[in-house]
Amino acid sequence: MTGAANPPRTELRAQAVSMAAAVAPFGLAFGLLCSEADLSILESSAYSALVFTGGSQFAAVGVLRDGGTPAAAASAGMLIGLRLLAFGVVMAPALRGPVLKRIAMSHLMIDESMAVGSASDDLDDRRFGYLWGGLSIFVVWNLTTFVGRSFLGSNPTVAVDLGLDATVPAAFLALLWPRLSTGEHRRVAICGGLIAAITVPLAPPGIPIVVAVLGVLAAKRPQEPPVD
Amino acid sequence: MTDAGLVLLLLGVGILILKSTGPVALGSRTLPAGVARAADLVPAALLSALIVTSGFAAGGQSLTIDARTCGLAAAVVALRLRSPFVVTVALAAFVTALVRLVSP
Repeated sequence: MTGAANPPRTELRAQAVSMAAAVAPFGLAFGLLCSEADLSILESSAYSALVFTGGSQFAAVGVLRDGGTPAAAASAGMLIGLRLLAFGVVMAPALRGPVLKRIAMSHLMIDESMAVGSASDDLDDRRFGYLWGGLSIFVVWNLTTFVGRSFLGSNPTVAVDLGLDATVPAAFLALLWPRLSTGEHRRVAICGGLIAAITVPLAPPGIPIVVAVLGVLAAKRPQEPPVD
Repeated sequence: MTDAGLVLLLLGVGILILKSTGPVALGSRTLPAGVARAADLVPAALLSALIVTSGFAAGGQSLTIDARTCGLAAAVVALRLRSPFVVTVALAAFVTALVRLVSP
């Protein structure tokens, strides 16, 4: 398989830790949202520890803050989380072992751990990147949720003023970049991005990611000779 | 139990099921070659989609070109210059903040 560099583990660790730093402002923002929704500190912390999926947490607690029903909140969280199914399929070969261990490792399945976890072709390195990404983000996410919920009443725009919201897409771009070494990967990436762009106005958040998987249809069929 | 607590329980279980279905159902199987090839390409599509949604949509249902776009453009330049990961990401934040500072 081509299209991905095989970064050394020091590089994977650096990517994982940078990802963790990138999500810090979002953890703070989630903590703040929990204050607005009148969640207790324990409840807020439990969301970040037990659900551990940013998009779903924001969606569900956002619905609760706006006065929605538990059913609406849970549905929103699940809908946005559908892409996690696709991530699980991508990461499955690297997350082997006894069933309980696989479930435990799967708890760390988020955008960023999947992204670092697919940076290598070697399965052991994939698991390494995934676990480093997942665990460092777990720590940072839970710490910042606690801090955000407990202390942040008054300065919610700091993260935006510092441009910190741009660090997440930039980090995804930096992880995609080394995978663009073949024409096939470039075509698939462009297709995936276009599909997502088209779907964003048409579907709730999270769904465009799932639909973008269809971008792999832009790949060559096996009978065609390679032309790159 | 509060509403928030109920949602927490539902999502806690539901989300874990979504996350672990792939590894639990597929973990001990070797994927056939065609599927394995597709799985190699899927992250490229997923990452690209994540860039679009987190860089241009961010939780809403519309795409906008704003200061983040400038930050992403700076990230592209940094990557073409073979900058390290941390430098690329920090530069994106810096340029985004700068654009926000100077725009009306």
